[in-house]
Order: sequence, then structure tokens, then C-alpha cells
Amino acid sequence: MKGIKFIIAGILFGIVMSKSEAISWFRIQEMFRFQDFHMYGIIGTAVALGTLATFLIKKFKLRDYQGNPIVFTPKEKSVSRYLIGGTIFGLGWALTGACPGPMFVNIGFSYWAIFIAIAGALAGTYAYGVVRDRLPH
Amino acid sequence: MLELLRQPWPWYTSGIVIAFIMVLLLFFGKSFGFSSNLRTICSACGAGKTVKFFDFDWRSQTWNLLFLVGAIIGGFIASEFLSNGEAVQISEATIRDLQQLGISSPDGMQPEEIFSLSAAFSLKGFLILLLGGFAIGFGSRYAGGCTSGHAISGISNLQLPSLIAVIGFFIGGLITTFVLLPLIF
Repeated sequence: MKGIKFIIAGILFGIVMSKSEAISWFRIQEMFRFQDFHMYGIIGTAVALGTLATFLIKKFKLRDYQGNPIVFTPKEKSVSRYLIGGTIFGLGWALTGACPGPMFVNIGFSYWAIFIAIAGALAGTYAYGVVRDRLPH
Repeated sequence: MLELLRQPWPWYTSGIVIAFIMVLLLFFGKSFGFSSNLRTICSACGAGKTVKFFDFDWRSQTWNLLFLVGAIIGGFIASEFLSNGEAVQISEATIRDLQQLGISSPDGMQPEEIFSLSAAFSLKGFLILLLGGFAIGFGSRYAGGCTSGHAISGISNLQLPSLIAVIGFFIGGLITTFVLLPLIF
């Protein structure tokens, strides 16, 4: 069962997002109102440690568990797609109080209403696929 | 020990574990990005037959779907076994601001005014969740990633596009918070 390690990583993710309340609509509101350090602390710590880890992986040319080099694909250069796409994402993030990961963690919490948001997210993803060629990227 | 685990965890534990998960996935030969799952699910449901964007080998993304399943299980474990049932400890200022919008102070993880089933199936609650979800799905694919792919993985790799995306996340979030929510509630 090669896949079990991904399930375990996901479980860890689900637990920690729950226990740090990052799946809560209230915490996202608090973040966008700049009224507490909590969410900034979570993202800031993750980014600080993530930057250090990424730097070390590159510096020492570390390999994954199968011996393949760990590669980081640079993001395509553009401003419009990131700014417009990001803004649309942000509108939804503050409305539902959940980005894609926490959306699914909320199912585990039996907040069944989140299925409406998930249905919306799938519809939005599909809609993007349909109109993709007509959008500025 | 269990008592300690049942309390809310401080922000730094979460930041450390999220960075750990990112590194763990890199060592598994993958990269941390949750919203790709939405595209994968569309593709697995057959969207590739009509739309080229979904015509790819979605089975190569099975690992990420397993991560998604794990995330749901993790949420279940946290709520069933690691919860003391207390409300989210948000700041007084946020509670006051939200009360002015007519959203009562936290009783659990999510506001009753949106997430209770009666609210979710009122026109207002239904549209908030559906359209909010739609914007998340559309926006994350347009921007090429969500909080995990851009704010965590991308910025950790010093990617300017990810910083631009996160600035966008905040522009959108602030518009919703200070313009849309007062109009809706």
C-alpha cells in the first residue's frame, strides 16, 4: 500500500488545521480584519521554516526517498493571472471562511453545509477550464 | 497529555507542522498544493471528454486525492477525539465587529448564521457558500494555486508570482470583508 503515507500526511494536515482553528470562518474574518496575530503566526512560521527547508534542499541537492532529485518548478511569469485569479480566490476565501484544504477538513467536523461550497468550487474549477483560453494570463 | 492535546494548539505548532508536511511531500517526490485536487476530481468525473483543460492523466494525481481523504479523516479525529468542545477563541474586536453584522459570537468552529443547515438552505446562506466556493475554485485555478501552493510552497521558493497571488488573495478578502459582507448581512 504505497498510498498510505499520503493518507497519513493528510491526517496530520487535517488535525493540525483543526486544532489551530485555521478551518474556522471566524479565524479567517479575524485575519482579514487584522485583529489578531494568530493566522499570520501560522502562515509566517510555515513560510519561514519552508523557506529555510527549500534553501537547504537546493543547497545540498537533496533527493527524495526514491533517489530522484527534488525539483522546484518555477511559476510562469505573469502579473494578470496571479492578481486577478488571486483576487477572485480571496473573495471566496473570506465568504466561505475556508480555502480548499480546510473545506474538506470541515467535512470531518460534520459541517455538512460545506458540501455546498465544495460543489461551488468544483463548478468554479470546471468553469475556469471552459473559459480558460479567453482569459488574460 | 490528552487534555493538553484537546485544547486549541498555539499558532506556532501549526506553522511548524505545515512546513513539515510541505517538506514531507517533497521527500515523497510530490509538491504541496491542495486546490489541484479540484481539477483532478473534475477530470475523474469525465470533464476531460468535453474540456481540454481536464484531459490529462488524473490517476497520476491519486496521491493528492489520498491526501484529501486523509484531511477529512484528520478533521474527524480532531472533532471526535481531540476536541474539548470550546468555541473558537477569536479576539473581542472581531466578535464586536461581527455582532454588528448580526453574526453571533462563536459557539463552535463555524458561525450558525452560515453553516447551520437551516441557514445553509436559506437563499442567503446557500448563495454565500455556493458563490464563495465557485470563486475559490475559479480563482485558485486561474491563479494556479491556493494558500498551500502559493502562500506556503511558492513563497518558500521565493516565487514572485506567488507573492502577487497572495496580494490578490488579500485584495479579494478585504473586498468581501469590508464591502460585500456588510451588504449581505
